[in-house]
Amino acid sequence: MDDRITPVTMPKWGLSMKTGRITDWLAAPGDEVAEGDGLAEIDTDKIAGTLEAPAGGVLRAIVAEAGGDAPVGCAVALLAPGDVPQEEIAAAVAEARELLARGQPAEPDGTGPATGAVDVAGRSLAYATEGDGPETVVLVHGFGGDKDSWLFVRTPLAARHTVYALDLPGHGDSVKDVGDGGLVVLADAVTGFLDVLGLDRVHLVGHSLGGAVAGAVAGQVPGRVRSLTLVAPAGYGPELDSGYLRGFAGARTRRELKPHLAKLFADGDRVTRQLVDDLLRYKRLDGVAEALAALVPTVEALDLARTPLDVPLRVVWGGADRVIPASNRRSLEGRAREVRVVEGAGHMVHMEAPGEVTQLIERAVTG
Amino acid sequence: MPDTLRTPRDPATGGLDAAALLDAYRTMRTIRVFEERLHDEFATGDIPGFVHLYAGEEASAAGVCGWLDDERDVIASTHRGHGHCIAKHVDVKAMMAEIYGRATGSCHGKGGSMHIADLSRGMLGANGIVGGGPPLVCGAALASKVRGDGGVAVAFFGDGGANQGTTLESLNLATVWHLPAVFIAENNGYAEATAAEWSVGGGSVAARAAAFGMPGTTVDGFDFFAVREAAGEAIERARTGGGPSLVEVRLTRYYGHFEGDQQTYRTTEVQRARAELDCLLRFRTRVTASGDLTAAQLDAVDEEVAALIEEAVTEAKAAPLPTAADLDTDVYVTY
Amino acid sequence: MSRNITYREAINEALVQEMERDPSVVVLGEDNAGGAGAPGESDAWGGVLGVTKGLQPRFPDRVLDTPISESAFIGAAIGAATRGLRPVAELMFIDFMGVCLDQIFNQAAKFRYMFGGRAVTPVVIRTMYGAGLRAAAQHSQSLYPVFTSVPGLKVALPSSPYEAKGLLVQAIRDDDPVIFCEHKALYDTVGEVPAESYAIPFGEAQIVREGGDVTIVALGRMVSVAVEAADELAASGVRCEIVDPRTTSPLDEDTILESVEHTGRLVVVDEAGPRCGTAADIAALVAGKAFGALRAPVGTVTPPHTPVPFSPPLEDLYVPDATRVAAAVKSVLDWKA
Repeated sequence: MDDRITPVTMPKWGLSMKTGRITDWLAAPGDEVAEGDGLAEIDTDKIAGTLEAPAGGVLRAIVAEAGGDAPVGCAVALLAPGDVPQEEIAAAVAEARELLARGQPAEPDGTGPATGAVDVAGRSLAYATEGDGPETVVLVHGFGGDKDSWLFVRTPLAARHTVYALDLPGHGDSVKDVGDGGLVVLADAVTGFLDVLGLDRVHLVGHSLGGAVAGAVAGQVPGRVRSLTLVAPAGYGPELDSGYLRGFAGARTRRELKPHLAKLFADGDRVTRQLVDDLLRYKRLDGVAEALAALVPTVEALDLARTPLDVPLRVVWGGADRVIPASNRRSLEGRAREVRVVEGAGHMVHMEAPGEVTQLIERAVTG
Repeated sequence: MPDTLRTPRDPATGGLDAAALLDAYRTMRTIRVFEERLHDEFATGDIPGFVHLYAGEEASAAGVCGWLDDERDVIASTHRGHGHCIAKHVDVKAMMAEIYGRATGSCHGKGGSMHIADLSRGMLGANGIVGGGPPLVCGAALASKVRGDGGVAVAFFGDGGANQGTTLESLNLATVWHLPAVFIAENNGYAEATAAEWSVGGGSVAARAAAFGMPGTTVDGFDFFAVREAAGEAIERARTGGGPSLVEVRLTRYYGHFEGDQQTYRTTEVQRARAELDCLLRFRTRVTASGDLTAAQLDAVDEEVAALIEEAVTEAKAAPLPTAADLDTDVYVTY
Repeated sequence: MSRNITYREAINEALVQEMERDPSVVVLGEDNAGGAGAPGESDAWGGVLGVTKGLQPRFPDRVLDTPISESAFIGAAIGAATRGLRPVAELMFIDFMGVCLDQIFNQAAKFRYMFGGRAVTPVVIRTMYGAGLRAAAQHSQSLYPVFTSVPGLKVALPSSPYEAKGLLVQAIRDDDPVIFCEHKALYDTVGEVPAESYAIPFGEAQIVREGGDVTIVALGRMVSVAVEAADELAASGVRCEIVDPRTTSPLDEDTILESVEHTGRLVVVDEAGPRCGTAADIAALVAGKAFGALRAPVGTVTPPHTPVPFSPPLEDLYVPDATRVAAAVKSVLDWKA
């Protein structure tokens, strides 16, 4: 196959993803696309998201039609410059369709995230890591989230960088004990995580509560933080929907939880049955209810608007954020090199507009 | 032979001091007056449902429960349970209110005569099912054994219950698990209207103990001190890790199986028992003869008990009934 | 951290973790260790199908073998529960309820009510149910509707390894008596289960799959049968919503009703019988409370009103399968007034 042909493959969003279904193609054969452009909508049994172009070029062929399932790693479309002959494209399509029909990925799947856990002061912190680029990006999720909240930005970032996404104490696969639930407990955990893994110069990215944590880490060890990207951060401004926090923390059942989750997204359809189930599975784990209850007052009391941040700062917010409104960004304007508001995205802007968030992080990394 | 009535080693007053003797008398007297008053009140039609009276059998409940403490020791009773409840310190006024179906009753009016219980006093309930209690007692004994708290669990059952599979299975399990359990078979001669002489194969409940590898003994249920001594040995054995025992207490119920029972199946035994064998009379004679108590002291208890029962009935009759809001509460802890 | 483990391992893990967490948890039943008093191994069986294997060496004082004497040891578990233990008793096969039912439905179930709310009886009775193992009429029944009908009991029917662990943890921590029904044909099924402990609250159905055309309510092992049928139907464009109530008492009526209001059609799949069973119960619920939403009569897929037969071709006919479920769905979809 001509090495100028770039296959667009079914991404692997999370360890358990085996196949995905293309629900809609957003681009048509012949379209010129840039890296990061949305090419297709993909649905899995866990999550729905947008498949972004891995490189710029012309979308020369669609291998898997909308409505079809494709295994992770299988080519679903082909990108190539316009001067690659059509016969070569046709041959590549035929080959890819044969693999697709056999349900086999085009290449062995070895590129997914690796997971692990480190011991930080006797407490186990879980993480996922992906990519092996020279710069290191560390992603810190928000209240009730986990390392997989970053699925849609983690993989694109990993194409060029070494990416770590950790689970904060009380979250994901990490220890559920959060001590007194103070911000310092979480910030110490992240700093300890950097220590144990020997990550001396990192680009920190934090979402929501994770933004406050990342900011606190930058305050603790500014020399180790090359840049800071805050995604709808908590604590930097007066507005916060406490009803969401308390509702999420207190919900025991699907019926109780679902209405709160709708507040996270601009597009309510993002709250799939699977998302609700996954969060319930997390919330049922021993110690989680106590951890979240201990964290609620911390989040409510955060007041970081005047805390100095002596690192290069970028900020991104969803214009339709109903949990921590984008109006909170005012306390960061003037201090940040860039403050971006993505219209049509909610609190989970890194899930609803992953391309925008990825690009902002890229700019933070390249300075 | 387990079927031979044993004679107490201490024929006088069981080594009890005056306060303890008064206490035992008070328990028996309270049971007697409670039951006789119920007999009268039932006839007025004010009491709903069935009542099964324990009058005549007082020495058994008092003789056994006198060894037990409310905290760690447990009993399970039968449908004829008022006496066991009183002897295990369930509140008498609350019991009376329960029998009247009142919201102030031991069970808020939801249990009635056959289901009076107070778990806080180790009273695991009267039981509407013949043979219902012994398996539960195995469990209570197991709990004490697992915790190592020295607690003992006692199953009261009748000659009817003695023939239930649950009871026989429980005797076996108590031996197999070596439980701190005591089985008290109150053989009053009749399972409902059927004679124990006919229904208890082999004729002796106590003799069955041997088949399960535990001691079995038979005592005169009219003699408080005889019951107390036999029960004491069994309870001590259980408490000190010696395993279960069976005590058959032979006695007579003064009233029918239930109130309203015409008792055409029996003849003159009740009159004879009341006149010649009655446990309260015998107790009074014994303790006054020994000089441990005076008649005046006992009379004072009689007055005290009479007043208590009078108050209990008056208050029960005046107490509120449960309301519609109570119908569907207390089914589950959470639902 | 989740791993793939079997339904059997998930139950075992729930027991181990709860026994470690709470010293009042005791496990008892026939051959739950196995080999008591025998000259050979003392943990010889770990239950007749190995579910409690390994517990006795780990908790020697809290795993008790019993004589074959269900009335006594089920009753003992209940009595112990009133005295502060949290016993998990194994009634080997649900078919054996007949020899100890009094202790369950007259004693455990009624204590709290009879005693005016002053009794707490946190006993769990684990029991195997269900056909498919050629175990014939007295070892194959799905008798949980009997327990479901008794106020004071809770009844759980885990449909997967994840459900088995979380529902058993809840059962043990629950302050009410729980009948925990394990389908013997599910023991070797594998699924993702967190290593950490977790409790799934009772009375909340899980939506196994979302779909707009028809609601399938399925219980226990019938959930996987419903999924198989739904997969077949998906090929012809029929989207089934599968609701697994998880517990028949309490029953999550709201989720069932909401689903039927959304789809307008209902098929109930149950391995219990057609008379006075769960299928009839849920059909009546929907007829009574969501009649206006129904666009077709409620379909039910149950075994026939017969004992469970022994001979393999007969037993295969007896147990509802995906073909029968798919046919019931189609007939509900094709129904014309």
